[in-house]
Amino acid sequence: MRLKETYLNAAVLLGLLAVPLFALVTDEPFTITLVTRAVILALAAVGLNIALGIGGLVSFGHAVFFGLGGYAMGILAHHAQTYTAMDFGAFSIAGTKVMPVIWVVAVTLCALVALLIGLLSLRTSGVYFIMITLAFGQMFFYFAISWAQYGGEDGLSIYVRNDFPGLNTLVPIQYFGICFVLLALALLLFHRLQNAPFGLALNAARQTAARVETVGLTPMHLKLVAFVISGVITGLAGALFADLNRFVSPSMFSWQLSGELIVLIIIGGVGRLMGPVIGACVFVALEHLLGGLTVYWHIYLGLILLSIVLFARGGVIGLLTGKEGAHV
Amino acid sequence: MSDPVLDISNLSKSFGALRATDDVSLTLMPGEIHAIIGPNGAGKSTLIKQICGNLRSDAGRVHLMGRDVSSFSTQARANAGLARTFQISELAMEDSVLENVVLGAIGAEARPWRFWRKALDTPALVERADAALDRVGLQGARDVICANLSHGQRRQLEVAVALTLAPKAFVMDEPMAGLGAEGSKTLTGFLDSLRDEAPILLVEHDMDAVFALADRISVLVYGKIIATGTVDDIRSSAVVRDAYLGEEA
Amino acid sequence: MSAILIIEQVLNGLQFGVMLFLMAAGLTLIFGVMGLINLAHGSLYMVGAFAAAAVAGVTGSFVLGLIAALIAAACAGAIVEMVVIRRLYKAAHLDQVLATFALILIFSEGTRWVFGSFPLFLDIPDALSGPVTLPGGIQYPLYRLTLIAIGLAVAIGLWALIEKTRIGIQIRAGENDREMIAALGVDISRLYTIIFALGAALAGLAGALVGAIQSVQVGMGEPVLILAFVVIVIGGIGSIRGAFIGALLVGLTDTLGGVFLPELFKLFMDTGAAQKSGSAIASMGIYILMGLVLIWRPTGLFGTRA
Repeated sequence: MRLKETYLNAAVLLGLLAVPLFALVTDEPFTITLVTRAVILALAAVGLNIALGIGGLVSFGHAVFFGLGGYAMGILAHHAQTYTAMDFGAFSIAGTKVMPVIWVVAVTLCALVALLIGLLSLRTSGVYFIMITLAFGQMFFYFAISWAQYGGEDGLSIYVRNDFPGLNTLVPIQYFGICFVLLALALLLFHRLQNAPFGLALNAARQTAARVETVGLTPMHLKLVAFVISGVITGLAGALFADLNRFVSPSMFSWQLSGELIVLIIIGGVGRLMGPVIGACVFVALEHLLGGLTVYWHIYLGLILLSIVLFARGGVIGLLTGKEGAHV
Repeated sequence: MSDPVLDISNLSKSFGALRATDDVSLTLMPGEIHAIIGPNGAGKSTLIKQICGNLRSDAGRVHLMGRDVSSFSTQARANAGLARTFQISELAMEDSVLENVVLGAIGAEARPWRFWRKALDTPALVERADAALDRVGLQGARDVICANLSHGQRRQLEVAVALTLAPKAFVMDEPMAGLGAEGSKTLTGFLDSLRDEAPILLVEHDMDAVFALADRISVLVYGKIIATGTVDDIRSSAVVRDAYLGEEA
Repeated sequence: MSAILIIEQVLNGLQFGVMLFLMAAGLTLIFGVMGLINLAHGSLYMVGAFAAAAVAGVTGSFVLGLIAALIAAACAGAIVEMVVIRRLYKAAHLDQVLATFALILIFSEGTRWVFGSFPLFLDIPDALSGPVTLPGGIQYPLYRLTLIAIGLAVAIGLWALIEKTRIGIQIRAGENDREMIAALGVDISRLYTIIFALGAALAGLAGALVGAIQSVQVGMGEPVLILAFVVIVIGGIGSIRGAFIGALLVGLTDTLGGVFLPELFKLFMDTGAAQKSGSAIASMGIYILMGLVLIWRPTGLFGTRA
């Protein structure tokens, strides 16, 4: 008996709510933080899933946006906590500790950078696209390392988590709530977008660019817009991730992180609504459980990944529902 | 005499030393089916790509409804009213039949920038798509995933997507390819009824279909048009018989 | 800024470049012939370095270490090809990326498991240590000069292999048409294993040679891997000649940029700021180079297919 995907999706979302609530009752704040981490990684991967799952764009540089979101938060909060202003010569901008403001900055920044990277990268395709996005990731990574003003290699620490009007973000369950709501909104956006004319055309452009051109649409434009939306969501996740750890470092820009975001989607199911969420939960659970058993847990992660690629195309959702993932 | 819908003048394209098309000129008049025939390697595929904007021409111009579209991209030519079908089906194989036709409707209405409302719940798109499916007789397979369609159904779907564009002219690349006798006959009947809507430039190997449908035939050999005329002209032409038909007779 | 410094830095750039070429040659060959993106190529570099360090540590012989590096990397490459990689030739790029990413995790953690987290050290052999005086009175480390020589020798050897030998003809045929070489009666899967092992051996050689001037540790392969990708993207994926030109370009840009950009910036900035922004831009130099090349030619300098 195959599971219906809708039921599976609902169960996952409910589980994601139930675990931290249960942990709240049993007073295990660490579990709440762990689930929050999964939620934020899921959000980042939902963003990537728009470009990769629907649009077929294998971006090996999405850490750029994750890192930009993180550094937007880090830099703004750094200036706020040191009571200094950012000096741009002609004008200066004060820092802030207000999350929504930070998010707006992060999202705007990511949209601009995604537009730029997209314009350049989408001139290429296939392996070249994978490589050029990887190279952009490395570019930001090395830039962050050499940017001594904001901690260079060591990164930036933020003493107190930023504020959200009306909530106490230091209480784990409240911060979880913020992240969960944002994830739910992103999932809603993904779902609507996937079925809207834009998603339908983008999905077709992944499968056959020639057909899309023949009906009078431009695949490049569709993919560019998808890449920007995708980068924005991953960037928002970066800002949340930085706030969860109260720390940003160049590792948020690392190519391993870009790889892990792809891995999350593959584990769950490419192009499927809840693929990134399931992937993130499995990933964080493995990291926690296997990481507790052996320091060499990455070996097992590698073996699991290899088995999924070789034997279980479609990931967890594919296994449970019998539906294959999108072919990228 | 009215103006041609599609006016192709002096198109040429070379790949290195090979002249794939050489000074090709032809017209497509309102209400007509103009067939292009020729042996394999005659340059038919190259010509279609040049007409539809997939390949930049070395020389020559393409006019659609009197408008010079020579510098237009494929997309712009589609928007200007040129609908193409592919010899080897170019369809979104993971998507349903309806989704493939709705894609045509999205293109026809130039509305890809809708991010919220479901495409399949948008009446304007679905009505246009359903109308096209009805006309080619694919309504029964509306929700079938494209990869599961039979070869013949894919050919029908190709035509349905082109129909959604409500084009000024069709360019069809071997629509009969791979169809059985029965399928060819059905499609021949359908194309016959389509000519009043928009004229068809038909590249086809199936001679029965060509002789049944074509108002005019152009024969392309080694990149050059060696003859243009009615079915009877072409049948009785010695030049054509020597260059082409003779091989088969 | 003296001429001696410039020549020294150019030599450093060349040395870096030829080592990148050893990595990039394998990558580009594997992509050109088999159509595979191999992220685990950096792991083979690491395997070579560890094998050399371990064997040289036990025997005291650098040459034995190098031989061990070649053998270990080639064997690791052949095994990986037969067990995993050959299932991926027809797979989508995404699957190849993922599977070889998984291989990196397995190789890295496996090595950490065997050798621990502390770096190993591989000493430069006595015969090659110390500086040598070049014409013009420039003192330059003999070992680095040897690396340049080895790199150039390998480049010439590869060229000869591909242009002049039977297996080279098969490789070139394989790049053009897989079915055709199968029709010629060549055992394709054996040919692929050989090519993969050859690429792996070159990576292992590079790892061992560079291991003597840097520390040998887990994770050493990935930064080099990414640079090698930049090299083959610049050169055009599948082209050995492109890999060679690309490697030298990247090696020189990276080395010279790091030294001269801060100096250049000092002309119109104060020293501290020039140092900072100069090295920041220099660290991104090769990626900027790659971006410019791709804007100009989206399939690289010598690339033909995407």
